Amino acid sequence: YIHIINKADMAASKGLKILVGCKRVIDYAVKVRVKPDRSGVVTEGVKHSMNPFDEIAVEEAVRMKEKKLAGEAVAISVGPPQSQETLRTALAMGIDRAIHVEIPLAQLEKLQPIHVSKLLAKVCESEKPDLVILGKQAIDDDCNQTGQMLAALLDWPQATFASKIEPSQDSKQLRVTREVDGGLETIDVSVPAVVTSDLRLNEPRYATLPNIMKAKKKPLAKMSPDQLGVDLQPRQEVISVEDPPVRKAGAKVESVEDLVGKLREKGLVK
Amino acid sequence: MLSSSRAALVAAAAKLPRLVTRYGYCTTAAGERQQQKPLSPKITTHPTRNDRAKDPRWKDIDMTRAADEADVVIVGGGPAGLSAACRLAQLNAEKGTEMRIVVLEKASSVGAHIMSGACLDPKGLVELFPDWQERGAPLHTPVTGDKFYMLTEKRAIPLPLLPGMPMHNHGNYIVRLGNVVAWLGEQAESLGVEVYPGVAAAEVLYTEDGSAVKGVATNDVGIAKDGSPKDSFERGMEFHCKQLIIAEGTHGHLAKHLINRYDLRAGREPQTYGIGFKELWELSEDRWRPGYVEHGVGWPLDSGTYGGYFIYHLNEGSPLAAVGFVVGLDYSNPYLSPFHEFQQFKHHPHVAAALTGGKRIGYGARALNEGGVQSLPKLTFPGGCLVGCTAGMINVPKVKGTHNAMKSGSLAAEAVHEAIGSGEIEPATYEEALRNSWVYKELHSVRNIRPSFHLLNGRLGMFGGMAYTGAVWYFTRGREPWTFSHGGTDHEKLLPAKDCKPKDYPKPDNVLSFDLLSSVALTSTNHDHDQPPHLTLYDDSVPGQVNLSVYDGPEQRFCPAGVYEYVELDDGSKRLQINAQNCIHCKTCDIKDPTQNINWVTPQGGEGPAYNGILIMTTELQKSPQVDMKGFLLRYETFKGRSGWKKRWAVLCDFCLYLYKEQTSKECFYALLLPNSRVTQSHDSSGQYRSSI
Repeated sequence: YIHIINKADMAASKGLKILVGCKRVIDYAVKVRVKPDRSGVVTEGVKHSMNPFDEIAVEEAVRMKEKKLAGEAVAISVGPPQSQETLRTALAMGIDRAIHVEIPLAQLEKLQPIHVSKLLAKVCESEKPDLVILGKQAIDDDCNQTGQMLAALLDWPQATFASKIEPSQDSKQLRVTREVDGGLETIDVSVPAVVTSDLRLNEPRYATLPNIMKAKKKPLAKMSPDQLGVDLQPRQEVISVEDPPVRKAGAKVESVEDLVGKLREKGLVK
Repeated sequence: MLSSSRAALVAAAAKLPRLVTRYGYCTTAAGERQQQKPLSPKITTHPTRNDRAKDPRWKDIDMTRAADEADVVIVGGGPAGLSAACRLAQLNAEKGTEMRIVVLEKASSVGAHIMSGACLDPKGLVELFPDWQERGAPLHTPVTGDKFYMLTEKRAIPLPLLPGMPMHNHGNYIVRLGNVVAWLGEQAESLGVEVYPGVAAAEVLYTEDGSAVKGVATNDVGIAKDGSPKDSFERGMEFHCKQLIIAEGTHGHLAKHLINRYDLRAGREPQTYGIGFKELWELSEDRWRPGYVEHGVGWPLDSGTYGGYFIYHLNEGSPLAAVGFVVGLDYSNPYLSPFHEFQQFKHHPHVAAALTGGKRIGYGARALNEGGVQSLPKLTFPGGCLVGCTAGMINVPKVKGTHNAMKSGSLAAEAVHEAIGSGEIEPATYEEALRNSWVYKELHSVRNIRPSFHLLNGRLGMFGGMAYTGAVWYFTRGREPWTFSHGGTDHEKLLPAKDCKPKDYPKPDNVLSFDLLSSVALTSTNHDHDQPPHLTLYDDSVPGQVNLSVYDGPEQRFCPAGVYEYVELDDGSKRLQINAQNCIHCKTCDIKDPTQNINWVTPQGGEGPAYNGILIMTTELQKSPQVDMKGFLLRYETFKGRSGWKKRWAVLCDFCLYLYKEQTSKECFYALLLPNSRVTQSHDSSGQYRSSI
């Protein structure tokens, strides 16, 4: 039978309040096509899903709730009307409620991380979360900026590329293990803080049908950028979007002499 | 594995399954490689073939399933399933009854597993939603021109398309069927039906005594590739229902199971199939003829192989055309590769002329049923029924089945509604209703065309079929007293490799023809790599012992997605490798495997291809038509034996002449594609000018 979470239980429990960001992006397995006018990629009729790093962020929030480190987890998405489906998936994974900041279609293509981080900052002012978990980057623009910008706007500490989140030794802070170029770095951050998730943080659970059906009853609030007082004027202009150049065929050489000869021909070796 | 951009994700996902299957490597968190014990020769690790109750790895796992109740569960959100859902909801509204109707669809969204690009006969839709135009059904391209060709190696011979012939398409629409299905899904939801995409029905549930169907169970998630439970393991849920409607499309896996269990094919012929390929092309503007429909047969298929092609020019704002190719799966040469026949076909001068300058933007493949009335199984069983292509209702010469699928869905809905009302377990009135409907009349009339291909033991092949259609069928329209048989199942017709000649296919030129893997990439198909392959084998040793040694591994060639590969092991022997991730759910392997050893089961819900047929939301879609000229024309028409000149309202738009009965008529009754026609002038005795088109 289906078990409905009691709202009173949620209010009574203590623990961190987590805000999780989710972005609706083109599904990673889809073959992306550049639009004939080179202004962007084709998105109409194309399969979209939640950004994989955001799925990991949602999973982490839900696991922290299960471990009683967190009391409430709220998902937020900035995007078109269809972002609601992404939020429903987050709700089905175990998030308690969702917020949708709806961006009109005309402004959608020009939306940049600076706008998203400002919108999130405004929401943080009213929601007052203890921890914000975002995916480290979106797979459509690969910007890797929103988490960092958000932390700066809020003047909160940030722990990016997290592969592990646990309470620190004195339980007053969070101990985050970060994936950096040289290996792993462990830092303690005080809350409230912004954390961005990296691939190895966890393996997200599946949103199964009983949970999807339960999620239909969970609250989903809508907001607009005007309500939040954020202007969406683009700071960048996309000049053109093109396919990567087709890889040219290489040439095979039979011996080292051949190779040196070819290199000389190209002027790479004297 | 430290860089985590999109490309790396895709590359990692693509590489991992092959690495794990072949060498048993895995990557740990820090990116080091560890060598695991060499994997056992076990290919099939799926729980349907490995009882988890006896598996020690599953000892402590809780296998209970949540259960929910519904009145009607429909497996499959395609034209048949959604029509049944809508009709049921309509009946409830009419009769004041209340029912919970649930549609389970394995694709991540409604329409994503429907191959785009079809020529739709609107009959089924009109009966379901007479106001389909106001509701915004995406039927935007009425057929304006129709041609049939016979291709030889160098030439394209036009054959006459007389009205009444099944290939005559006047009144039909060229659609992106995935969009139509998505629209049907919206209609169903607005009528109160619960539609759940991303959910695969994996198992049929039976009553205590096993006599009747009581519902379905959805797929489990979180099983690792070797069949062990992962941390994310979760059991599927059960839906208990009064009536189960199976609408899985051609050769559905639950349908296969039910047909076997209730022996629904007793006294009828087995189903025969074809494999259909479709590519979506963006043509160069000067070769685009919106509304134009072309069908044909011939090169490169030899006369002993059934098949044909179609090209449908859509009219939805951009110069898109759907190019399709069907190969009958009753072919006998195991060296034949339907995919390569299709690619070669595009090089024919007549076809290349249309496609040159264009760009291929989509690819897909699906098995389709060709058996017609001879192969219709018994349609009902205790607790439910079969609708649409799952039963097999394609009108083969017409290459259309959607209208029949929709009608069968509606009729099933009526029977199911009645059965629930009266407490009957089997919706028995459905089969009779179908036999009395236009679906059966249509299928009955064309029943001999497909099997006529086998006339004189197949020696005449396609010529025999066409001769029969032109000489006999055109006059008898199916009233001939005999019914040809299909002559057995498709898989039985495959001959051993030693009796056949290998086929040499030309390399793709990457302009008109393409290789298999880049085509599969276009389907955007994806499956979680760490799950048991859903292409299961009854016996793991059969591929090596029979398929490969006797038939040279035909599955390498008939799979349109490169799932089956025979890889050479270090000791020189060959082993079947199943790249389940590539699967596009076409079901051809289940159909054509000569040993019938392959059993396709559903993978986790939400996986599989992602065909681009989802409703287009932007404004670029509906450009209001530019009318070039309008006025009155006199047209020489014959009506009930009398001929004369009639004044008709004509509108010239987009190289097309549309004729209306009156100036105020909403719909044109005649459309003529001008580039296809010639104008000649003639004088009659009164000195007035006349033009013949």
